[in-house]
Amino acid sequence: MTDGFTINHLVYLLHGLVWTVVLSALAFALGGVAGFFVMLARTSTMRWLRRLSLVYVQIIQGTPLLILMFVIYFGLGVIGIELPPLMAAGVGMMIYSSAYLGEIWRGCVESVPRTQFEAAECLALTRWQVLVDVILPQAMRIATPPTVGFMVQLVKNTSLASVVGFVELTRAAQVINNSLFQPFLIFGIAAAFYFCVCYPLSVWSRSLERKLNVGRR
Amino acid sequence: MNYQFDFEALLPYWQSFLQGAVTTIEMTVVAVAVGLVIGVLCAIARRSAYLWLRLAVGIYIEIVRNTPFIVQIFFIFFGLSSIGLTMPVFFASVFAMVINVGAYTAEIVRAGMEAVHPGQIEAAEALGLSRFQIYRDIILMPSIERVYPALTSQFILMMLSTSITSQISAEDLTGVANNIQSYTFRSFETYIVIAAIYLVITYLLRFGFHAIALAIFPRRRKLGTPL
Repeated sequence: MTDGFTINHLVYLLHGLVWTVVLSALAFALGGVAGFFVMLARTSTMRWLRRLSLVYVQIIQGTPLLILMFVIYFGLGVIGIELPPLMAAGVGMMIYSSAYLGEIWRGCVESVPRTQFEAAECLALTRWQVLVDVILPQAMRIATPPTVGFMVQLVKNTSLASVVGFVELTRAAQVINNSLFQPFLIFGIAAAFYFCVCYPLSVWSRSLERKLNVGRR
Repeated sequence: MNYQFDFEALLPYWQSFLQGAVTTIEMTVVAVAVGLVIGVLCAIARRSAYLWLRLAVGIYIEIVRNTPFIVQIFFIFFGLSSIGLTMPVFFASVFAMVINVGAYTAEIVRAGMEAVHPGQIEAAEALGLSRFQIYRDIILMPSIERVYPALTSQFILMMLSTSITSQISAEDLTGVANNIQSYTFRSFETYIVIAAIYLVITYLLRFGFHAIALAIFPRRRKLGTPL
């Protein structure tokens, strides 16, 4: 079964894995920054901003990431911007993760008791001070487990960058499979690589959750 | 930027779009219905007294939840055809979706089951309810009710993931769009249109799930969970 599959193929797959990790990190960093602004907009005191960001989140969460990738890939070409595949895939993943992370973090900010906001206001803190000094330190504790959990989704979803021609792990596996046609072996290895990245994150997320809930049991 | 949008070029294809949307919904409904049953069975198996059964189901769930859907589809579709098992694309897609949705459902339902207070089960035993009755009325239905919002959003994510089946040339909404954009060369417009259609399907499903919840969970208000 393994004839034809050489160490070179494995190295090629490992290169794909590196790009998967790079794209995931990029998506998380960029999406985290953008998601922070989405969270701010979603909890803003200005109604139009809350509405606008809600529409943004609903659109991104209501359409497949695959379609978002296509729209960006063809859309950027249409307006004459030539981005390298890594950047195009990165932009797609950033938009996607900003909506989900923004929504996760909004939930965490809103789960901080209302009285904390009120007390901070009574102390005449500015809105920014309230957020940075009072709310965020508490919200961040709650936000860590779901954020790590979302990172698993993020790593898995980078596989969709393969459809716009970015050679990450899934694309690399497809390329090799097209020449060797040993799908069980090749996609099995690809799946094992993904598992090696995602499973530790899943376990970490679960243990963080358990630690967070210790006081409530 | 001097791009002329031309959505009119897509008008002659409205029936194809509709057909694609129907296929997407069909796939989702079948996969969710079968996946729900498998997921519930797996969740029960996770509480089994047999260690090997708990382990086997646990491995299945962790593998599916920690690998991408697109790799699962390629593994199943190309893998089965490489050993001579060819099947229609629709069937292969739904098969992969069932395996995927089953694992996620199992994990969600298990979380709901863990939240059932042991005292309730003891009370049911004291009242002389059979094992089956306890499972159905005390453990299963209340836990599904409790995790219903998480379940439905997982199902909607699954509906969105049907777009990935276009990669094995299934004729779902995305597959149809891929064809149409190659006839019309209006790729940007095509994908914007189907993004809108996906959005509509998302809301249709949410509405449908809400209606189902109203029908099957008469006690929902007491739990205070939004549906």
